[in-house]
Parts: sequence; structure tokens; C-alpha cells
Amino acid sequence: MADDKDVLRDVWFGRIPACFTLSPEETTEREAEPYYLLLPRVSYLTLVTDKVKKHFLRVMKAEDVEEMWLEYEGTPLKWHYPIGVLFDLHASNTALPWNVTVHFKNFPEDDLLHCASNSVIEAHFMSCIKEADALKHKGQVINDMQKKDHKQLWMGLQNDKFDQFWAMNRKLMEYPTEEGGFRYIPFRIYQTMSDRPFIQKLFRPVSPEGHTLTLGDLLKELFPAAICAEDEPKRFQVVIHGIEPLLETPIQWLSEHLSHPDNFLHISIIPAPSD
Amino acid sequence: MPSSLLWAVDVYGRVYSLSTSGQQWEHCRDAHLEFKRVAAVQQCCWSIACDHNIYLYVHASEVPIRYQEETYENQRWNPVDGFSDRLLPSDRWQWSDVTGLKHQPLVDFQLPSENWEWEADWYVDENFGGEPTEKGGWTYAIDFPATYTKDKKWNSCVRRRRWIRYRRYKAQDTWVKIPSEQTESLPDPFNDITCGGWEITEEPRGCLALWAVSLQGKVWVRCGINHHNPEGSVWEEVPVPGEVVQISCGPGDLVWAVLWEGHLLVREGIGRDCLKGSSWVTVESPSPGVGVVHVAVGVNVVWAVTKDHKVWFRRGVNSHNPCGSGWIGMVGEMVMINVGLNDQVWAIGFEDRAVYFRQGVTASELSGKAWKVVSVPRDSERSHSSASASSLQSAGCFFGGEVRLQSQASVLSDADPETERAGGEVVPTPEIGDAPKPRIPKVTSDSFISELVSDREGQISRRDVPPAGPSIPEEDHPEKELEDRASPAQVLSPSQSGGVDPQWSNVDLEEAQTHLTSGPGGDAAETSSLSSVATYNLALEEPYGPDEHPKWAWVTGGGCLVECHTQLNWFNTSISTALNSSMQAMSLSITPAQTAAWRKQIFEQLSERSKREMENFMHFEQAIEQSVWVKKGTMQWWRDWKPHKWVDVQFALEQFSGAEGNKDGILFIYYTFNDEKKYLHVFINEVTILVPVLNDSKHTFAIYTAERTKQRWPMRLAAATELEMHDWLALLSVSCCDSRGIQGPPSKQAIWSVTCKGDIFVSEPTKELEASPYPTPCDQMFWRQVGGHLRIIESNSLGVVWGIGYDHTAWVHTGGYGGFFQGLASSTDNIYTQTDVKCVYIYENQRWNPVTGYTNRGLPTDRYMWSDASGLKECTKNNTKPPSPNWTWVSDWTIDYAVPGGTDREGWQYAADFPASYHGNKTLKDFVRRRRWARKCKLTTTGPWQEVPPIPLSDITILPCGPKSTVEQVSLWAISNKGDILCRLGVTSLTPGGSSWLHVGTDQPFKSISIGAVHQVWAIAKDGSAFYRGSVSAQNPAGDCWYHIPSPTGQKLKQVSVGRTSVYTVDENGNLWYRHGVTPSYPQGSSWEHISNNVRKVSVGPLDQVWVIADKVQGSHSLSCGTVCRRLGVLPMEPKGHSWDYGIGGGWDHITVRGNAMEAPRILMPSLTDTQTATRPLQTNNQPEMNGNPVGC
Repeated sequence: MADDKDVLRDVWFGRIPACFTLSPEETTEREAEPYYLLLPRVSYLTLVTDKVKKHFLRVMKAEDVEEMWLEYEGTPLKWHYPIGVLFDLHASNTALPWNVTVHFKNFPEDDLLHCASNSVIEAHFMSCIKEADALKHKGQVINDMQKKDHKQLWMGLQNDKFDQFWAMNRKLMEYPTEEGGFRYIPFRIYQTMSDRPFIQKLFRPVSPEGHTLTLGDLLKELFPAAICAEDEPKRFQVVIHGIEPLLETPIQWLSEHLSHPDNFLHISIIPAPSD
Repeated sequence: MPSSLLWAVDVYGRVYSLSTSGQQWEHCRDAHLEFKRVAAVQQCCWSIACDHNIYLYVHASEVPIRYQEETYENQRWNPVDGFSDRLLPSDRWQWSDVTGLKHQPLVDFQLPSENWEWEADWYVDENFGGEPTEKGGWTYAIDFPATYTKDKKWNSCVRRRRWIRYRRYKAQDTWVKIPSEQTESLPDPFNDITCGGWEITEEPRGCLALWAVSLQGKVWVRCGINHHNPEGSVWEEVPVPGEVVQISCGPGDLVWAVLWEGHLLVREGIGRDCLKGSSWVTVESPSPGVGVVHVAVGVNVVWAVTKDHKVWFRRGVNSHNPCGSGWIGMVGEMVMINVGLNDQVWAIGFEDRAVYFRQGVTASELSGKAWKVVSVPRDSERSHSSASASSLQSAGCFFGGEVRLQSQASVLSDADPETERAGGEVVPTPEIGDAPKPRIPKVTSDSFISELVSDREGQISRRDVPPAGPSIPEEDHPEKELEDRASPAQVLSPSQSGGVDPQWSNVDLEEAQTHLTSGPGGDAAETSSLSSVATYNLALEEPYGPDEHPKWAWVTGGGCLVECHTQLNWFNTSISTALNSSMQAMSLSITPAQTAAWRKQIFEQLSERSKREMENFMHFEQAIEQSVWVKKGTMQWWRDWKPHKWVDVQFALEQFSGAEGNKDGILFIYYTFNDEKKYLHVFINEVTILVPVLNDSKHTFAIYTAERTKQRWPMRLAAATELEMHDWLALLSVSCCDSRGIQGPPSKQAIWSVTCKGDIFVSEPTKELEASPYPTPCDQMFWRQVGGHLRIIESNSLGVVWGIGYDHTAWVHTGGYGGFFQGLASSTDNIYTQTDVKCVYIYENQRWNPVTGYTNRGLPTDRYMWSDASGLKECTKNNTKPPSPNWTWVSDWTIDYAVPGGTDREGWQYAADFPASYHGNKTLKDFVRRRRWARKCKLTTTGPWQEVPPIPLSDITILPCGPKSTVEQVSLWAISNKGDILCRLGVTSLTPGGSSWLHVGTDQPFKSISIGAVHQVWAIAKDGSAFYRGSVSAQNPAGDCWYHIPSPTGQKLKQVSVGRTSVYTVDENGNLWYRHGVTPSYPQGSSWEHISNNVRKVSVGPLDQVWVIADKVQGSHSLSCGTVCRRLGVLPMEPKGHSWDYGIGGGWDHITVRGNAMEAPRILMPSLTDTQTATRPLQTNNQPEMNGNPVGC
């Protein structure tokens, strides 16, 4: 039987094949070839698309270039969501590779945050980790770490070093045995058809009576529509890292094993394909 | 940790026990009487019943309590009859004891009480000093008394033989009355009882002190209680200066008693030689005018309760100052209090008569933190919910959300009327049937009952206040919730009320309904307490009725082991945790979480996802390029050349992707030598082992490669902090495993070894390891560490792995890996807390001088007056530290009387001079003496091990299996630390822990055992003789009888190992012996052949491969003791092999190759003429033995 450690590896090394094409609105000197890349699910778009940018800059005039942004079927892709979340949310059940359109003009100020440099991503990533640890351990673990430890987390993600990252991240995943889990589970629920960016609430992994709470319990409380009775047709898919865990999966286990490097459990709820 | 029991008596005199792993009070149904008081220790429980007799409940053990009776038959030779029973008038009796002074015919032996039975008839002991006599057990001498030999000589005029017969204590797991044999001296019945004193002396084993108080206030002590005499022999009166009402005796030498006037008495002078003590000292009551009514003592604590129910803690109590120094008032109002193991405290509340546990009692904070109420139901109250729990278990739902108390079950039963009947009606019925006839409790006085009743009336009046709850300060009750959740069950109530109807005829219907609905699950004291006192009596008539909070009268924790990491489930009861713990108990190897469907689903979906999203796109470019990753740090390095010293170095690990995609790395050590910058490097894939070497000064570890193993000189590094060392060790070990492609748990074939520090290492054998004639040299084996701390480890090729700790605890491998410290590659499940205890010894040395006698003033040339065993190192009580920072002291220094050679009454051993052989009695020629002091220290670590309670072991062996064999039941034999031979039943590869022990009777204690591939069982007795067990097979796992095998001449054997066919033994002088002439028809073999010296231990594998731990192995740089060596040239027709191959060491203590059944691929080779490997025997060397550190530092 596979070990839980393998899940961490599978999650970390999850890759999405993507095909980047330049938007037809962009003016080019010659025709731009599409660019193919395997994107790490747990990383951020702007962190891993330097090569894409370089590729397209070669066919463009410098004066036509503003900040690069990406879009999929008309939806601007928020770089501050992990790549896997963007894919699950917008492009699950579509053919691979994932066709992403590249823009260098008309930055959608209302939809996207600017990302001037990697330090912006780092700041965002670290603030997520801190927020998650505040929920899990009142922030005690992350605050006890040194600056270099924080750096190790970030460098691990940036350079795709599983061991380097997890050597530090495991400390963030500890909890007192007698409590049976974290104080609160850091999670975010995303849905495509809502204006709200995501749902995030305080949710404990163990009920006051000492029951282990499950993914089902979480959804029952926060998104009851996602749970359908036996006889009803399935309306929604609950997707984490491209898979649909069973509703009886303990939420604590999910948080420990299927969280993104930012320590949040990102749950995408998408309409079930009607076939 | 094994579970242990807390005992309590409720106000009706019913005895209950609560397991530390349990969640409900189990009624001791065997007790036909009501009990007043109970006093528990780990092995038994004493009590006073309402008939004022003393009763004893001895816990059943898989090792029976048996006692060997012996007598000698004496004969003298005369020319007419030869040897006959006609003795000279001056001779001893024809049947006598060993001294010949006491007449002891067989018929005079009587069972001491009706609780004993004979095991078999008398028989002759054929074993004489480890040698079989083979002549009817006769031993010969010139005359009585003289030295006996087993051979008859021309001048042998007398002979004798020993007859033995075993009796067995049969009254286990039942209450038996202790006959009051001295009726005339015991005029009045007993009133209080307490048991303790087991820490005072080891000898005789299981020695206990039982103190009792009679109604007239006299104090008695029961003598002669020990393992072989659980009932004790006689009562002796201890004079007291007043009238005692209650007494308490701790595990050590603390005994306190309460006088009728409210003062306290402390017993002084209790010791090894005088369990009764010598005198009493008076201690005043803590508050003037309010006397003490109850006292409880532990090892270093005294607690008392005064008449106003206040609780007091006595400061400064210890063995040297049994009276302590002062009282501290504590929170809480109690009626009685009890101190158990580890000075843990239990009490019974005054208000609610509930059992309270003192939380937070540790060695450093003996007074604890807060009282916490033990709120678990009694067994019958849980029947309903446990029924629903079990059905859920069988349905395979293990986790929380779905499993709620009985309310859920009732909802289920709505859907299915059949289940409803089962869940709602049938279950309560046996409770009613079970209930004894209505009666008024006899144990407690009427005033006590009325007090109880008034208590509850008090409760009624303030019902809107939350009733008594889990802890005194914040009162809070689970009942309301229970009621809320139970509401769906109301639908059921009509049918239910039918069943219980008559009892409630005089109660208003609405109330009955609410009561019933909340009933089956828990305590609904509130509803029922509305009823009148008359109803209350009615409720009494149904003693298992769910209406009442149990009211307790007495609690005793003397057998209850709670440690700081113990998780007690006593405080809030929820089904899900109960399920978890019960599931854990059910299976060692497969945890429910692992088998859960959700987990399987995630594994499957993830691999499906990876396939879907990546398989066809692997030619895409990776978004992030892989690069070299370097970790740097500063460390100290033990310089390779002389003078050896620690030098500061820069340390760097460079990791990169290896040729085949696996990760690899190089380790660099940058140092300065003569102002020149230099470095040395090690390829990660050449590292064979990383050994942590913790000591009190430095955080060091050693790195070996095959080359460095040959040199016996590892690379030694020291990190600045323990944390830093662990970070590096974790990183390095992950890199080493990555570079060799090793991950996950050890395979079934794995070779396990243990160092002298108790660290556990495992190596994955390759097919070439046992190839002949060119096997992989064993210094190239890669070892990785597994968490835990063990002294002995044994395995077989079905993956059954057991270990024994230094404290003789048995552990079974859970199938996991890692643990030990954070960061080591480790399985997420299957890692548990493991503890071990060992003793540190120091010696007190004295020299005699004519003026002052023995003093601690030695000659200038003498050793330190406080030293280690060698005398070379000064070790005082104060400067001696635990072996490493991971160990902590758990006891004070005590004199060790169990030293080889014996001691006098003060523990001294005498000798003519240092160093010499010491003996236990002073003679005229002795000028020096020494005594050994022992102090226990304890280690708490983590590893993939689960304890196999309750019997402590000293050796184990597991059936070795062939490469492809399938064995349903794996034979596993063990020897208890007392020398009993045991056979484990129910061991399979899925349940490696097995189910129970089967005791195999022997005439003497044993120390080593081994089973071969075809169930040949060999064992070594403590006297050094070898035995073969006949007729052992899969069908008859315990065999039928022992055959005594003569030892090699003049040698006492120490250890045995049996492989497929080969039998090897090691004797006490380090010689390795091979048994010749072992054939299927004559499995005992014919003779011993000497193979090697300097061998400490041997392990023979399922392919008859022979591995040993050898001493004094010479490397190119250094000499090592405790080295893993393998016998070369072992072939089916040449089982003895021809030479040795040297592996990892020194500092190794144990190895088992009994899991490695991987046969090498057959290659045809011309012949084994010029083997590169050494054909030398194990070199002997007269250099002094190094201390046993793994790397000799």
C-alpha cells in the first residue's frame, strides 16, 4: 500500500501541460509560434512563465510590450491563485494541453493584480503561509522560524525542490496529538459562477464532541449545494489537485496532504459536466 | 504502553475496574460479595469484603505462578545390597532437604492452600549443574556431606538424587478468601487495607507489604507475600501508640497512618531487611482542630484529607525524610484520596462522589495542576451504543462524521423496524435480567445513604446551575448535549417503555419518556432526580439503570500506570475515539485509516491524474530547470591524523540529479591545515551508514564508507546543536537513500542490527549478498536507521519483526519506518512513542585501615573512591550524567544488591585489593571493598514499534522461512526475563503481534532460544546447558519434551541460533561452536566443533548463512569491538564455511539475518582457489577492550 508520503510527492510534482499562444490582438513583427510548457500545479503563473515571456518578446517590438498577462477562454487568469486551482476551476474536463492566451496589452486592472517582480509573488506566498499558520497554530510556528527558514520555503517552491521545501514545511504541519488536528483548517472554496472570489471561514478539524470532521462536513456547512442526495444527478464536482476526494475524507488529513505550498487547502467547485 | 487498571468500589460495594486504554468501568462480576475497601497493585488486588474477610484477586498471567518443591533421596552403599536406603544411624534422613538436616519425605509435602494445585507427580531431576546425569539422576560422593559428582567412583559410598514437583497457583482472575488462620490473635475484623512496598527489594521477586487496620485500631502487617506466595503467610501485629483508623503504604518505604484523634503516624526504619519498620513518628494535622480522616502516600508524596473535606499536600517527603516538611492546602473537597504509580493521584469528590484524577502530576510537579472528573459510563450502560458501534464497525465506516451516539442508530432504525427492535428493545432486556433483587446496600452505613440522598436534594434545589462537571473550576455537563442529540429516539419511547414499564408505574408519564429517551446513552441524573426519595430507592433496584451518576466510595490506583504521555480517554467520551482505539487494538499491521476507502480513492485518482495530465506530455519543457542545490554549514571534525582533535570545518552537501534521474550528491569538508585550505569529499552513494553518537558534551555523528569500515575509522563530525545535527542527519540520510533508490519501509528480507546504544539499523540485502563464491563484501552494505531503542531484534522472511528493549519490554514492528527524530524519512502512520529504561552504575570504593576500619580514604595509588566499574574514571553521584541528553533520570541512586558475586547486607563486596575478584562476605584477607549504586534513566523516542504487553522478555526467536514458503502460523518462541519459555500463538504476517502466550514448562530458567526452519527448537538454560525440544511442528507448536544436550567440555553456553539445518552456539568465553551430526532423524546431533573465538553473538539465517558480532576486529587504523562479520564459504555441503568477512562496527551488539532468504543467482565457478577475501580467522588481539561506543569515541 502506498504511503501518505507519496501523496505529498504526487501533489508537489503534479504538472499541467500548457500551450501558450499569443493573443491575435497583439502586434508582432512575425508570426509567433505557440510555446509548450509543463507547469507545476503548485506554483504560480508569473513565477514559471519567464520562458514564455522571452519566447514571445522575440517577435515583438519593445514599445508594444507592457506587463504580460494570461487569459483562458476570455477569463483573465489570476496569477495569485496556484496554477492547479486556475486549471481545475476553468479548464477541468477540457482537452489537454491547456490553451492559454498571452497578452502584453490592455492589462485588465479590475481583474488582475500587478506582478512587477518575483518579490511580489514571494510576499503574497509568505503572507498566505502566515495566514494559514495563524489559523493552524495561532501563527506560532511560522513566527518561531528564522528568516532563512522562510527563505527556504520560498526557494523550495521557486526552484521546485520538494525536499528543501518539505524539510521546513513539515514543521507547519505538526499539531499536538491530543488535539487531533490544527486549530482551524486553512481552506478556500472557489467557484466559477460566483462573484465572490472565494469562501473562507473558521472551521475546526474535530467537532466539540471529538468527532473527526470530513470534507463532507465542511461542504455541508459552507456549500451544501455541493452535496447531493443519492438519487439526484450530480450537480457539482468538488476538485482538489485535479481529483475528487470522497466526502468522508477527514479534513485534517486533506489539510496535511493536499494543501498547496501556501498551506491552504484550495477546493474548486465546478459544475458537473452534463454528458 | 500496556493498559493497566484503576479499581474502585461504588457506594453499594460493587467493584469496578477502569482500564487506562478503556472508556468504561467494567463491573467485576466475579465478586459475589460487596466490598468495603480495595487496594490494588499491578499484579493483584486486595480487598476487605462486607463479611470482614480479606480477599485477593490475582490477575491471570500467561506465565503461571509455579513453585518448585524439591527433596533429596539419600542412599549409602553396603557390600550386601549395593546402594540401598539403609543408611547409618549417624547419617541424614533417607529423604531430606539439600542440607540433610530436615526430614522431608514426599508425603509430607502439602499444598499450602486450596488455591494451589500440583502440576504433575514427583520426578527425578536428571540435570546436574548443566550436565545430564543419564543415570537416574544419582550423584555420588564419599560421604555426606561432601562434593557430589555425576560419575560413580571406586570410593563413592553415598549417593543422592533430587526429586522435584511443581505446584501451580490456580486462583487467578477470581476473588479468593484469605483464610484467617490466627483466629485467636485476630479478635476483631479488619477495617482498612493498603498494599505497597514492592520497590524496597527485588528479592524475593514480587515481594509486597500488606498493611491492615482492625476495627479496634490495631495495625497488622502480612508477611511473606511474594511472587511464589501471592497469599502471604501470617499476620504480624505492629504496636501503635493510639487507635489507627486508616493506613496507606507507598511503592517504596513510605507508610503513613491516621489516628482516631486526627493526627498522623509515620513509620520509620522500613528497609530491605525490615519491611515492618521500627518506630512511629507523629505528625500533626494540617489544620488545628480539624483532624485528618484520610491519608495516601506514594513514593515521594503524601496527600491527606481532613474532616472538613479539605485536601492537603505534604511538602518535602522523600525516602530520607519520610515525615516531609509542611502542609500545603489544595483546591477541591474530597472524601478520600489515593496515590498510585508514578505518584499519580485519584480522589473521590465530597459533593458528587465522583472519581477525580489529578492532572499534571509529574516528577517535577508532584502536586499536579487540577482535578478532572473521570466521566466514563459503567459497562452495562454502554451496551446500546457499543452495539451500534460494532455494527458500524462491521459496515466498515471508521470515521467520525457518521458515527454519532445512539441517536444516529435510532434514526437508522426508523428506516428498518427490525433493527429498531434490536437496537431499542432487546438490548435493555438483559440489563433488567441482570439486575439483582432489590435490596438496601449493606456496605455503607445508613447515615451515609442519607447523606447521599441529602446531597442529591441539594442538587435538585439548584438544578438550573450546571451540575457537577469535568473539572471543578469550570463546571459543565455533557448531559444536555446527550439529551439534545438523543431527541430523534423519542419516536421509540412507547415501545421501550413497555419493556421497563413496572418500575416506573408511579412516575408521571412525561418524565418517564424524557428519561427513557435520554436513557440508553448516558447519565440523565437530572430527570430522574426529580423523583422522590421513594423513587430513588426504586431506581436503586435497577442498579445498572442509566439514571444515576455512579457514586463511588473507594478508589485505588496502585496498579494503574499513568505517564505524562499516556492518553487517557476517561474525560470526554465519544464513540469515534473509542472506535479508533479499539481498531488500533484489533490490528497492529493494518490501521483503519490505511484501508479506508477515501485514502484508496485519493491514491488511485492521483495516479490517474498524473497519467492523464502528464503521460503524453513528457516531451514538454519543464517550467523550472533543475539545478545543483547546495547546503552549507559549519561543523567540527575529528581530525584523521594525530594528534586527533576537533577542528572547525566548513561542511557542504551538493546535490544534483544523477545519471539515471536519481539524485546524487557529494559531501565536502573544507579545513585549514598549516594555513593552507584543503578539503576532503565523500560521494553520497558511497556512504554506507550514518551513526548518531550522542553524548553529554557534543552532538556528533559518524559517516562510514566501505573504505572507512575497513579502516575502522569513520569520519566523525560534531554539530553545534542537537537540532542542527538532526537537520544534517535527516538531509544526509534522505540523500543517501535517494542516491541508492531506497524508500519506504524495510523489506521482509531486511537484515536488522542494533548498536550498543540501542540504535536500530536496517539493510536491504541484494541477491549477491549471499552469492558464492564471490559475495558482495559486507562492508559495502548500506544501513539506514529506524527509530526506536532496542537491545535485541529478531525477524523472519515473512516480515515478522520483534524487538526487546533494555527494560525487557517486547515490541513488534508495525511495518513503518523512520521516527527517531523529525525529518528522517518516515512513514506517517505506524510510528508510536517508545520508551526504554536502563540503569547507570557507579561504584563506591573503600579501603580498610587498622585505626578506622573501612573508610573512603584510599591509598594514593588507589582508584577514585567513586568510580566506574574499571576504576579508571571518577564517577560521583553528582557528576554522573545520563548517557545522552535523550535520557533523563527517573530514580534516585540506590544500592544494587544484585551484583554478580553477591553482597553483604549493606551491598558491599570484598576483595584483597583493587582490582580483584569480589565476593559478598568479609574475610580476614580482604582490605578493600566496593558497592554498586544504580540509577535508572529513561528514554522516550518514536519509532515503528508497538508494545506487546504484558510479559517482559529476555530473548525471542522467529521461525525462519524459505524463499517462497507460505506459513500460516509463524512459530515464535520467547524467554521471559525470569527465564520462562513461552510460545506465541496467532502470529501471522498480517498479525505479527500474535494473540497470546503459551507457557512451556521447564525445570530451570532459560536465557537463549532459537527455532530452525523445520521447527527444531534449541534453548540454553541459565546454567549454560543446551536443550533440544522434541516434536515441535506446525500442528504441535509447543512440542512435547526437552532433551538435555551436553555442552562443549568445560564451557557454559550463552546463546544459540538455528538456521535451516545448522546449529551454532556461543559460550560465555566467546567461542563459536557448530553442532555436528544433526540429521532429520537425529536432530540433536552428536558433537560440538569449535569454529572461532572472540564471538559475542551469532545469527544463522534461513539459508544457513552465519553472521556474528565479533570482538577485536583489527582494521587498518583502529581495532573494533562489536563488529558485524559474516562467514564466507558456507555451502549446503559445507555448512561451516572457511573464513570471515568483516562488516560494519564496532559498537554493534546484535544482528539478525533470519529474514534474508534471498538465494543468490547460481553461477558456475571453477573453484574457490584464490579468494581475495581474507582466509584468516578472527584475529585475536590482546589490546584492552575499547569502550563500546559504535565508533569508539
